[in-house]
Amino acid sequence: MSREVKRFEPSDNEVILGILNDSKGVLDKLYEAYFPMILQLVVMNNGNDDDAKDIFQESVIVLYNKVKKGDFVLNSKLKTFIYSVCRRLWLKRLSQKSRVTGNIVDFEEVLSVEDDIEQHEERDKQFDLMELALGRLGEPCKTIIEDFYMNSKSMQDICEKFGYTNADNAKNQKYKCLQRLKKLFFQA
Amino acid sequence: MDITEQIEAYLMNEMSDEESAAFEQSRAIDPSLDRKVVLHEQFMKQIKEYGEHRKLISDMNAIHARLDISAIREEVIPTSVKMKVLWKKYHSNVAVAASIAILAVLTTLLSTGSFNQATSIRSDYNALRREWSRDINTKVKRSQNEILQNINASSKSPSTPSLFSGTGFALNTDGYVITNYHVVKGADSVYIQDNDGISYKATTVYIHPSYDIAVLKVIDPSFKTLRSLPYSFKKSGSDLGVDVYTLGYPKDDLTYTRGYLSSMSGYAGDTIAYQVDISVNGGNSGGPLLDSKGNVVGIVNAKQDKTDGASFAIKSAYLLEAIQAMPKDSLGRKVILNTKNTLSSLSRGDQIKRIENYIYMVKVY
Repeated sequence: MSREVKRFEPSDNEVILGILNDSKGVLDKLYEAYFPMILQLVVMNNGNDDDAKDIFQESVIVLYNKVKKGDFVLNSKLKTFIYSVCRRLWLKRLSQKSRVTGNIVDFEEVLSVEDDIEQHEERDKQFDLMELALGRLGEPCKTIIEDFYMNSKSMQDICEKFGYTNADNAKNQKYKCLQRLKKLFFQA
Repeated sequence: MDITEQIEAYLMNEMSDEESAAFEQSRAIDPSLDRKVVLHEQFMKQIKEYGEHRKLISDMNAIHARLDISAIREEVIPTSVKMKVLWKKYHSNVAVAASIAILAVLTTLLSTGSFNQATSIRSDYNALRREWSRDINTKVKRSQNEILQNINASSKSPSTPSLFSGTGFALNTDGYVITNYHVVKGADSVYIQDNDGISYKATTVYIHPSYDIAVLKVIDPSFKTLRSLPYSFKKSGSDLGVDVYTLGYPKDDLTYTRGYLSSMSGYAGDTIAYQVDISVNGGNSGGPLLDSKGNVVGIVNAKQDKTDGASFAIKSAYLLEAIQAMPKDSLGRKVILNTKNTLSSLSRGDQIKRIENYIYMVKVY
């Protein structure tokens, strides 16, 4: 049944360095090299294309987080790591949908990735909270916060974009927004 | 400066060296400030990470949109699974469609009375072998008796009446007898009995079920070769309205009945047989159907119940065809059929006198 998926694979070191340096090209390579494997895994186990996309992207997020935190020790192939994460995630989804429980048709060897997935889920919860809080914050606060803290724009740029008379006004506005965001975030 | 502003300025390295040194000092002596700094730093990091997270997802979505997913699918998923996936997706629809189709067909058949017709077709077709007993147990007992009789070999004629009987007639002078397949079907043993009441043991050497024809061979050593056959077999078809008669054993004595060919096709348009308006009964099966000149034009094999004057006879042409198809090794040698007819100028009574010794009762146990 299983068909070996042969593709160009970037070297694992290249990928890790690329992630650490925020290289965009490396994400491309990662996606093209390993998505087919996950598509196969998911579709052969009662999933569809969209499920495969979700699962694969989650596994990339787990990988990025792990590498950026600096605790990624390359004691297995990157491919195996991604496969294992996806497999675990997909099993979880399947049991939630209560379609098939426990059994899955495997195509690769598998690592234990429970800890990584737990961390990932914890992070995901925080991100969901943040999204909720930002959504409740409303405009223009949301954009100001996003521009300043996420997109690292200068206060001057923000001042111009929103038409504040001077940078101090903008700064004041930003602090107010930040306070409200904190409140919303920690309340939830 | 507001405290949050200070903290942020400190964290983003916007303070001058003196300011930052002062801030660090006040942080060292004020634990609550220190906590605020830590919390703020954490929160900033959280916002930043959330930003990165969203960027990563949007980057990946862009890549995903660029990829040709269906091509990748083709490559990694075997076709059988694609079928399985399709089946999984649509099996309920297929099931519903199929049940509706079946229901529709059944309803149509029911409403047009197709089922009733089918059963009535079978029920009014009556193969004309004579049944002596319907009791299966007796049949078994009788065949057991028969076996014992054979072992003892004390008597050549069977000890008990046969279960089924029909009629047969000589195919040639060597002891080949023709009858209907349905007469000898499922037979344990077969005897033929001539007009004088003498039985001979016979075996079935050839059957042609679709033409309902069977050929028997007398294996009894007491059987004497016959004098040449008085009748011949008609190779061509007969005409509608031709007078015909048959001889057979619907009872224990040879019985004569006459009639005429009423249709060129048999039961339900069956072209193998003629329809004959003649009164025949169980036991007439396998009897010869002769025309006024003494040619065999067919073999009586059935009649239609609940319909007057509809009996059937297998056409002689098919009889000949079946005989031609006989494998040579089932015979001692090739069956030579009589072609000389010595009856044509005789009256009906004289014809029968000549024929009667060639007509046998076929008894099946």
